[in-house]
Amino acid sequence: MLLHDTALIYGRYLRQSLRSRLALLFGLLMPLLYLLFFGPLLTGLPLGGRGSSWQLLVPGLLLQLGLFGASFAGFSVIVEKGQGVLERMRVTPVSRLALLLGRVLRDATVFVLQAVLLVLAAVTMGLRAPLAGVLIGFGFVGLLTVSLGSLSCAVAMRVDTPQSFGPLVNALTLPSMLLSGLMLPMTLAPGWLDVLSHFMPLRYLVDALRDAYVGSYGTDHMLYGALVAVGFALLAVTVGTRVFRTAGA
Amino acid sequence: MAVISAAGLARTFQTKRGPVEAVRCVDLTVREGEILGLLGPNGAGKTTTLRMLTTLLKPTGGAATVAGHDLTTDAAGVRRSCGYVAQSGGVDPQISVREELVTQGRLYRLTRAQASERAEELARELGLTELLDRRCGSLSGGQRRRLDIAMALTHRPKVLFLDEPTTGLDPGSRADLWDLVRGLRDRHGTTVVLTTHYLDEADALADRLVIVDRGVVAAEGTPSALKLRYGGSIDASLQDAFLAITGRGPAPADTAPVAV
Ligand SMILES: Nc1ncnc2c1ncn2[C@@H]1O[C@H](COP(=O)(O)OP(=O)(O)O)[C@@H](O)[C@H]1O
Ligand SMILES: [Mg+2]
Repeated sequence: MLLHDTALIYGRYLRQSLRSRLALLFGLLMPLLYLLFFGPLLTGLPLGGRGSSWQLLVPGLLLQLGLFGASFAGFSVIVEKGQGVLERMRVTPVSRLALLLGRVLRDATVFVLQAVLLVLAAVTMGLRAPLAGVLIGFGFVGLLTVSLGSLSCAVAMRVDTPQSFGPLVNALTLPSMLLSGLMLPMTLAPGWLDVLSHFMPLRYLVDALRDAYVGSYGTDHMLYGALVAVGFALLAVTVGTRVFRTAGA
Repeated sequence: MAVISAAGLARTFQTKRGPVEAVRCVDLTVREGEILGLLGPNGAGKTTTLRMLTTLLKPTGGAATVAGHDLTTDAAGVRRSCGYVAQSGGVDPQISVREELVTQGRLYRLTRAQASERAEELARELGLTELLDRRCGSLSGGQRRRLDIAMALTHRPKVLFLDEPTTGLDPGSRADLWDLVRGLRDRHGTTVVLTTHYLDEADALADRLVIVDRGVVAAEGTPSALKLRYGGSIDASLQDAFLAITGRGPAPADTAPVAV
């Protein structure tokens, strides 16, 4: 039943996304701009990593895409709460977990689509990376989208207006971006900032993804990245489901 | 046979400004096939009561059964036997009427073929056939309400809960909706519990009224019994009875109701 319900909810939201193709492209805008106008600044700089500056930047942009896209996923929950769609579904026997999963899996699908486009654009700019590494990268960011999407939906269930949701999400995403070394590697940072950034879960995904893009799969970074990504996803989905089950406070 | 019975149903919300006792103690018995009107001023606790009876909200006190299923121990059973239309409705304006009806059928675990057949059937019964391929957002107020009700009837529930079904409708659509509700009861024996703050609606449509005020049941009975008892005579208006019971007038018809 969980599978049936999840597929059903997923289909409903995916059709919704396909209807608004413009929004789909719009989400790509920010990372594309970084790619175009920020990427070329890095090509000659000593960044300390292996591989080219593109192998360093693109993993960061992918995670940025996931971070910002998924964190705002809750907006659709707020809209649907207002329309009464969510309550209408919650009085049917549909599985509560499916109500969440169908939604975040749609987000993950949309994200992977956008990520493929972004990587293709990056290849034309000069990115060269092993295919396996790129695919692993999609996996990581898919997981991140599911995690952040779940948390975002959970928070959105608890707030009433977009006006209170937006600032909250901004207050969380911006430090996450800066502290995880998304744009430039934390190896460039002074000691205190590097230490601080280790308290930011996203940091481990960034490190793992950069390793994947230079073809190093058996590293500590990769192990920690995988552990953090899976652990975070389990935690986030558990929290999300609990909130969806008891919602209505 | 009581199809709904509730005893001491209560719900307190914890808010930043302290607890809000939305429903303090509601006892309720609804017979099968009855049209019950929950009448009360804005903020009386009508919506909260319906949301508890439809499993959307956990009661903080009391107990209830709906169609023989216990609210707290058998929520799945309650969901199978009741339909609910919130005051705001519950359809996505971007989606077509047909798609919403079919998806609703699938949420009730019908197969794809069963769901589209049921959608056609509901559309016929509620006069939506011509509208099936329109976007939900393009329907008029009255049409939207009929669609909301069609959605709630997908699984042929024994009990239908309607929260302020006619608020915001023009007089013609209101009269149509009253006919529709009576028709459901007469043809399918559906028990209907509806909330309203329109006294004429309560008077014309409900077999029996439960007047809720400040989270408790203030009075109950048939409209004429209430008029006789509280208004002084059978010819008294329900308005007089309502005033005598709650100590104030019902919400004026033009105040915008607060959606919850
Ligand atoms: N989620 C909520 N959180 C806090 N207070 C609430 C919530 N829902 C309803 N209330 C309060 O409970 C009371 C009853 O509300 P409600 O059941 O919507 O009344 P009615 O439907 O009769 O107008 C009101 O004072 C309302 O403000
Ligand atoms: Mg209400």
